[in-house]
Amino acid sequence: MLSYVIRRVLATLPVMGVVAVIVFLMLRLSPGDPAAIIAGDNATTADIIMIRERLGLDRPLAEQFVRWLGQLVSGDFGNSIYLERPVLGLIAERVEPTLALAVSTMAFAIVLALPMGVLAAWRAGSWIDQAIMALSVLAFSVPVFLIGYGLVIGLSLEMELLPVQGFVSLWDDPLAFLAHLVLPTVALGLVYTALLARITRATMLETLNEDFIRTARAKGLAETRVLILHALKNASVPIVTTIGTGIALLIGGVVVTESVFAIPGIGRLTIDAVLQRDYPVIQGVILVIAGVYVLVNLAIDLTYSFLDPRIRY
Amino acid sequence: MKRLLWASAVAVGLIMGSGVAKAQDRARTLRAVVHANLQILDPFWTTAFITGRHAYLIYDTLYGMDSHFAPKPQMAEGHEVLENGMVYRIKLRPDLRFHDGSAVRPQDVVASLKRWMARDPMGQQMAAVTASLDVVDERTFDIRLKERWGMVLDALAKPSNAPFIMPERVAQTPANTQSTETIGSGPFMFVRDEWKPGNRVLYRRNPDYKPRSEPADYLSGGKRALVEWVEWLYIPDHNTALAALTSGEIDYFEAPPLDFIPVLQRNRNIRVINIDSLGTQGVVRPNSLYPPFNDIRARQALAHLVKQEDFMRVVVGNPDLYRQFCGAFFLCGSGNPTEVGSEPYRQPDVEKAKQLLKEAGYNGEPIVVLQPTDRAQYNAAVMVLVQALRRAGVNVDVQAMDWSTLLTRRASRKPPLEGGYHIFLTTQNGPATSLPPTNTWFNSSCDRANPGWACDEELTKLVADWARESAPEARAPILDRIHRRAWETLPYIPYGQYTQPIAVRSNIHGVLEAGLPVYWNIEKR
Repeated sequence: MLSYVIRRVLATLPVMGVVAVIVFLMLRLSPGDPAAIIAGDNATTADIIMIRERLGLDRPLAEQFVRWLGQLVSGDFGNSIYLERPVLGLIAERVEPTLALAVSTMAFAIVLALPMGVLAAWRAGSWIDQAIMALSVLAFSVPVFLIGYGLVIGLSLEMELLPVQGFVSLWDDPLAFLAHLVLPTVALGLVYTALLARITRATMLETLNEDFIRTARAKGLAETRVLILHALKNASVPIVTTIGTGIALLIGGVVVTESVFAIPGIGRLTIDAVLQRDYPVIQGVILVIAGVYVLVNLAIDLTYSFLDPRIRY
Repeated sequence: MKRLLWASAVAVGLIMGSGVAKAQDRARTLRAVVHANLQILDPFWTTAFITGRHAYLIYDTLYGMDSHFAPKPQMAEGHEVLENGMVYRIKLRPDLRFHDGSAVRPQDVVASLKRWMARDPMGQQMAAVTASLDVVDERTFDIRLKERWGMVLDALAKPSNAPFIMPERVAQTPANTQSTETIGSGPFMFVRDEWKPGNRVLYRRNPDYKPRSEPADYLSGGKRALVEWVEWLYIPDHNTALAALTSGEIDYFEAPPLDFIPVLQRNRNIRVINIDSLGTQGVVRPNSLYPPFNDIRARQALAHLVKQEDFMRVVVGNPDLYRQFCGAFFLCGSGNPTEVGSEPYRQPDVEKAKQLLKEAGYNGEPIVVLQPTDRAQYNAAVMVLVQALRRAGVNVDVQAMDWSTLLTRRASRKPPLEGGYHIFLTTQNGPATSLPPTNTWFNSSCDRANPGWACDEELTKLVADWARESAPEARAPILDRIHRRAWETLPYIPYGQYTQPIAVRSNIHGVLEAGLPVYWNIEKR
């Protein structure tokens, strides 16, 4: 397995290289100029030219790319054009809110979705199944921002139970950390709950029709044991894939949720950088997210071998 | 079990204690949602409004504008005008200190002014007429002019892109390099460790700041920091900011969208305050480099199509917040409110516009109008303009883009159909707009003017003549000539004048009408 992991990690290098080239070219070839944005609304053309020269943005594209690649190879993602602070430091500052939201969202979704999916499959065709699927479609169809605003109006403004916006670090104030996480978790978690419940139901339906389930029931095993230990475990590969992809997506940043609840996560960092053409930050964030995707996918693949002994690397 | 109970009691006590401490902090903290993300700390490196507002918290200025738009001493104790107006001798107030404890010296002031003069357009005008800046003694310095210039004090009291005073070692940073230092001598201090770009900025009251004895008036007078902390929050979603203000999580909403104003006015816990008596001026900027707008008649045609009330109804909505018509390039209600020359343009005249366009040689070519879809007010104004142009038979090519792209595009001198443009819209505000030499988009110095490159030697000469004078009676006739000429050559067409109020919780008192959000004088009761 170790050699498989090493091979997979090495295989990511060309992938990251291609990502780096595409990101660099896409940014430089798209319209927009950080020098004009830095200079501000009242700046003269001379100001903009001066700032462009100062930032090295007037240099040939190839020269800029080689310089950036040189930095990357030495582990330096460069500095933000605006803040003049290291990109990796800026990303690190945003990890806690994003990770907290990702973990709480997936935990919320798993706790709700797995029982719902199993129940729906077990009682397939009944009113329970139909109700669960109808709720799933609803949660999946309503935009996150709408759910977010609804929760803010109901739980924050009307009932005054939870804060409207913001993020507090776990290390600064654990209670405030939890209070600030509830609304975004519910708003975002409902979508993932719906997705995961549908996947769970579908895979469970397939598994429940397998011969070994019939055998287990014929042996007189309790229905709970059949459902959880035999059916759910065997149905878990697609469920784990969905959970893993969901975590990768959440770590990549959830722009709308982070904006609606003013959470300073990676999504907000990315969108702010894109709007301001902060090239080093955009490049850095995309490379880090690409790396996270590769690692999460690797972790998912490794998990398969634990869930299904037939899978060996 | 006893131990567990004891530990639980201690934990609860700590949490409660921290809650009380937080409530006390909360009572001494003004939490404000600002209009943009503070990223650049150097006010001479950018003209971004957010950086200017940050600078007003931590830096001080030699002079400050009062509510009659007259420069008043701020860090300066006073000045003498010597040698027939050729030397301004300025003396600093005693005991001025930077946040690091060092004294403010004339050397710091001279270095700061030199850095500002290298970057700011008005500073550059001042540099052109300045022979030298000389330290006289430990509190005094001279500004020695090459020629008479009546704008020295106006320049030093300039509210936007102001000449903030920094320590000499910081001010010696080359003008083409961003400084990331934040040591000023202003009423608040920047708390660097708590700065989370894209989220939060924290300022602490400067305990050593000695405010002037006069009451605060616009950007002059005593800057008394009455809260211990000022916390800026960047909440990009306006609905969230509105909800946070409604729930009391924030105290101050710097730029609520104008369509929120009726909702805010209905809430008894919130007050809507106009802090800018002059307001904001909408600007339709034609590109003077290329046909048809390199022809004066095409620009006049454009002016005949602009009905300000139409723009204001769509952009602002609430009639209490805008003027039906303002023909003053230098803002109605300012010290230079003349509207002379604007008479033919009070009502739109589509037939006249068609005729002028024809005379200017316009023959149905596409007219490229830049539309920033991510700026609601500009976007709405562009749609009104496009409709007006189409009414006159103009073939409009509306090109949608984000504001960042627009800023780049408008700086392009390429032909309109090859990556350039014909028209873009913007706004300007504040006392700088009310003076001919500092009104950004009025500058008609051709290649040295801002994008759009308005070009009129006569207008430029008249503005220079006005700036040489300092007596109001000498300036008045020149101002009339400037204004008449401007409505002929049209460096830009004003599309209305409106105000952008702020919103605060009802327990916030002492908000100053300073033309921009300032955080001294504010109390939380």
